[in-house]
Amino acid sequence: MRNIGTLWKKELNMFFVSPIAYVVLTIFLLLAGFFFNSIVVRVVEFSIQEMIQAQQFGGPPPERDLTQDIFRAFFGVLSTVILFLMPMLTMGVFAEEKRRGTMELLMTSPVTHWQIILGKFLASVTFFALMLIPTLIHGLFVYLYSEPRLIWKPVLSGYLGIFLLGTVLISMGIFISSLTENQIIAAVITFTLFIILWVIDFAAQGTGLVSEILRYMSVLTHYEDFSKGVIDTKSLIFYGSLILLGLFLTSSSIESMRWRE
Amino acid sequence: MIQVERLTKRYGGTTAISDVTFQVKKGEIVGFLGPNGAGKTTTMRILSGFISATEGRARVGGYDVFEEPLEVKRRIGYMPENPPLYQEFSVDAFLAFVGRIKGVESEYLNERLETVKRQCALEEVGDRLIRHLSKGFRQRVGLAQALIHDPDVLILDEPTVGLDPKQIIEVRELIKRLAGEHTIILSSHILPEVSMTCQRVVIINNGRVVAIDTPDNLKSTQAGGNLVRLEFRGEEDRVRQALQSMGHLKSIQPEATAGTGVGLRIEVEAGFDERAGIARAVIHSGADLLELKAAGPSLEEIFLKLTTEESGVEA
Repeated sequence: MRNIGTLWKKELNMFFVSPIAYVVLTIFLLLAGFFFNSIVVRVVEFSIQEMIQAQQFGGPPPERDLTQDIFRAFFGVLSTVILFLMPMLTMGVFAEEKRRGTMELLMTSPVTHWQIILGKFLASVTFFALMLIPTLIHGLFVYLYSEPRLIWKPVLSGYLGIFLLGTVLISMGIFISSLTENQIIAAVITFTLFIILWVIDFAAQGTGLVSEILRYMSVLTHYEDFSKGVIDTKSLIFYGSLILLGLFLTSSSIESMRWRE
Repeated sequence: MIQVERLTKRYGGTTAISDVTFQVKKGEIVGFLGPNGAGKTTTMRILSGFISATEGRARVGGYDVFEEPLEVKRRIGYMPENPPLYQEFSVDAFLAFVGRIKGVESEYLNERLETVKRQCALEEVGDRLIRHLSKGFRQRVGLAQALIHDPDVLILDEPTVGLDPKQIIEVRELIKRLAGEHTIILSSHILPEVSMTCQRVVIINNGRVVAIDTPDNLKSTQAGGNLVRLEFRGEEDRVRQALQSMGHLKSIQPEATAGTGVGLRIEVEAGFDERAGIARAVIHSGADLLELKAAGPSLEEIFLKLTTEESGVEA
């Protein structure tokens, strides 16, 4: 545990001395703020239109939970944004260590390769959590100014969904980073993989058996349950197994370095 | 302290080292000498646990490198050819990190930090970022990270490569001071460096151990000449007489041959190529020349190759 802690702390330090982490953090918060703002404007306009229509036709005003509409759309955007930003965060995790030769230092230290992987993985996850936390301020504003008051539960479970999705992307990104010593190559491959995940999600929008299967496999659809306030065990297991898969692949990639080098 | 038995490493089709066997006693400084690509780094990487071997065994401090890697890693301080440094860390922060992952207890960490900084003359630069340091300082930080957990064994891969003459002398002095407390293996492709710092030399060429000896013994071998192996059919005495009348030959000894002829092993003085003269002498004495060959690269030739690579450094 102590070793994982040491490696975790070092890795987190590395994030904060590198410009990339600040760039990712800034872009993420700017995009999140921008999209949150435009979603709020759009949802409000739409509901006003609905109300006007209802008055014109004399029906009752539609029952809508505006705050939930806002957050569901917001999580949809966040998931896409992290798909595009995460490769920048994970590309250097192992590739940089290999390029500068510090992998040799880690591998010749009395730590197991699982401790190295977990230290790095947990540091990336921590950094991702630090990226998400400031966006809670949007929820806080909605909470303060909305009527009826925002219900936190689906918002927080939505955050859990996004967090798990991001963690899956981190474990895959770290695996790809462990395959090369060029972080640009790592970024490009990770990015390509994530685009494929995104395309799968598009293909899953239709009807029929193929779409059905794709929908089940898509990493993006699974968080939607979370943003409805449902914490589904199936989705938890789905994300959990993808995270473990990424970590195990990383482990065998690191182990094989000892044979290939 | 270190036992290496028949270590072999193959990657794909190439053999990096084969059948490497040697021992290092406690407190000894042993130099790995060989041209670039001879297999020095591969051997050191296997000992440090960075890579695995295809065959063979290696033990450090009684622990098998492959069976109990963590125990071995606790006892080894390893400095690769390019010191592994986190450029964006300060010297203190970097050494503290290495100390922690090497298993130095928190209460001793500061003490160890001060000690290695004093040993490696880094007191002045503790809070400087590593990226702002000169090559000589970085090399010493590399050495400091290998020392931080006070390991029994130090493995230093080309510790002076890329330094200027003054820095080379400083690093050599430092290594000599470390001797005694630590068992040290260092590699070099420079003969004077090894003979100056090491008690024993392991010469590696093309992945094989060519010789293991003290620098003094190797030097006396160096004074010897190169060998010519000869096989002929005819009267041995007449051939010997003809050869003895030639110059630059140091000794003529009989040798068993695989064929039907008579074999001789002739030692020629260093710096002379007498193969043509030897061939003439055999023919003139009426014998049939069956075979004549220079007997592979002698130690001296390897040595010459090694020694000519360093110039301008006197220590």
